[in-house]
Amino acid sequence: MSLTRDKKLWMYRKMLEIRHFELEVDRLFKANMIWGTCHLSVGEEASAVGSIAALEEKDMITSTHRGHGHCLAKGGELPRMFAELLGKETGYCRGRGGSMHIADLEKGNLGANGIVGGGIPIATGAALASKMRKDGKVTLCFFGDGAANQGCFHEAVNLAAVNKLPIVYICENNLYGMSVPFRKASSVENIADRATAYSIPGKVVDGNDVEAVYQAVKEAVDRARRGEGPSLIENKTYRWLGHSKSDANVYRTKEEIEEWKQKCPIKRYRQKLINEGVASAEELDRMEKEVEQAIQDAIEYAKNSPEPRVEDIMDGVYA
Amino acid sequence: MPEKLYIDALREGLREEMLRDENVFILGEDVGLYGGAFGVTKGLFQEFGEDRVKDTPISEAAIAGAAVGAALCGMRPVAEIMFFDFFTIAMDQLVNQGAKNRYMFGGKAKVPMVIRGPMGCGTGAAAQHSQSFPAVFAHFPGLKVVMPSTPYDVKGLIKASIRDDNPVVFAEHKLLYRVKGEVPDEEYIVPLGKADVKRKGKDITVVAGSIMVIRALEAAKQLEKEGIDVEVVDPRTLKPLDMDTIINSVKKTGRVVIVEDDPISFGWGAEVAAGIASSSAFDYLDAPIKRLAGLDIPIPYNPNLEKHAVPQVEDIIKGIKDTLR
Repeated sequence: MSLTRDKKLWMYRKMLEIRHFELEVDRLFKANMIWGTCHLSVGEEASAVGSIAALEEKDMITSTHRGHGHCLAKGGELPRMFAELLGKETGYCRGRGGSMHIADLEKGNLGANGIVGGGIPIATGAALASKMRKDGKVTLCFFGDGAANQGCFHEAVNLAAVNKLPIVYICENNLYGMSVPFRKASSVENIADRATAYSIPGKVVDGNDVEAVYQAVKEAVDRARRGEGPSLIENKTYRWLGHSKSDANVYRTKEEIEEWKQKCPIKRYRQKLINEGVASAEELDRMEKEVEQAIQDAIEYAKNSPEPRVEDIMDGVYA
Repeated sequence: MPEKLYIDALREGLREEMLRDENVFILGEDVGLYGGAFGVTKGLFQEFGEDRVKDTPISEAAIAGAAVGAALCGMRPVAEIMFFDFFTIAMDQLVNQGAKNRYMFGGKAKVPMVIRGPMGCGTGAAAQHSQSFPAVFAHFPGLKVVMPSTPYDVKGLIKASIRDDNPVVFAEHKLLYRVKGEVPDEEYIVPLGKADVKRKGKDITVVAGSIMVIRALEAAKQLEKEGIDVEVVDPRTLKPLDMDTIINSVKKTGRVVIVEDDPISFGWGAEVAAGIASSSAFDYLDAPIKRLAGLDIPIPYNPNLEKHAVPQVEDIIKGIKDTLR
């Protein structure tokens, strides 16, 4: 499963896109241009990108409240993403959903989710549909370490295991469920260890190593596509910023955050690409400039987009 | 017209839709070889196989959630929840996910699923297997709520619910399963959101749903001997609710008794009463609107206590007479 140069550069570009997207969202938030709340995935980019890189276009995902990265990696377009966060009619959800509900069914994104663990049974149902229709699709189900303690996690993974559904459960373990450290919320060291309970493969991965994530998820996706059933992969990672906008970070030290920043998935990958001669520093710098420009253009698009009309408030409750 | 049991008419509706559309499938606890705890799916496993009549683990959240996910992908799942009380275990998937997906995704997604199960008391199953609470689901925008009272309606409404592109909560009173009624052999649909006048009358309107339709009709039959002419209106679906048919009936009779199986506080009868009081029917009322419903208690086990927990025929007769006084 060797990666092509194009794929490697795609992964690097997507991680940059997510990083700059999230930092811009943070800035817009602080400038009071984004309403409500949002949960940023700065530091966790390799998990979203490496996982989704292992999919084919027709495959599906479900995402989480910390889902901007998953949406972008699954083909989400920057202008419509920003437009949604700014509550505009041109956004993915016509301004009705906001940060936690971005979905793009045409691209196989069955939606982010505001309920911790809420997407796990839904992803399982999508995989059930694929198995019944024999459409060859695999579903990736993203969730956090916190969601792994919801009852529906057990219900859904068991259901998928019993029926050998084409699904890969991806736990993004960022070590905190809001403020509570993972070790105080889980009796086992790794969520992946719980795979044993369902007699499915479980694997712990360095979630800040995008190629390691890709390799592990690819293996699981191939297995699922062969009809051999689900796997549980745990990407160990870390969120650099607070849980949401109101987080004062009282539950962790500056030193710990700094230590994880040293393991930046993007910096690491940049060095690797340069060392392996995949791209030069200049090429990667140029790519970063392009990404920054695309993001600025997308923000302009969002700012200039129309607000939803109050007359349309009832649209879309029922089909 | 041939007479059939409610449970058989329901099964016929399911079967016809499964034959008509291969995207329709059933999932739930013991729905396969066993045929469902009450026998609703009996024989379907043999006819359609284990993929389309799918036994699941005892995992209501996963059943409801898998239905939502499959529906988002274009399937038309019919999820059976063994007792209506267990809908609460599936609540997040139903009300936060299935109900809200379309709106919060900007009107793009469709969630064509049915989630059905038996509600109601009268079998000695006590507090956790006997409650009727379809009105709870009518409070969640995005859901439709259906509660058929006759074999004819249950067949036509299950077919309409399966064909509907929205999540539908389908509430069957377990005492109705053994009720017989006319069901034509030819294909038909009962549209959602259309009330039905089950008995025409001129003296008083009784708005009754689910099992209470049967009791209201019995009350009407007995009162006929005393010269009281009762009209019985069955809303059939709580969401959408056909207030027009109810309002027209009240305008005709000037008096109304609302009979429901749910606990009285915040029940659907309050919605109907408010709908009448705030409509053009208000000026036609010759007596206060009367509500009969379950007591605000968990359903008790003792058969006599259980009987007194929800309106019976004699309670409806008394309610009608009080309103006519």
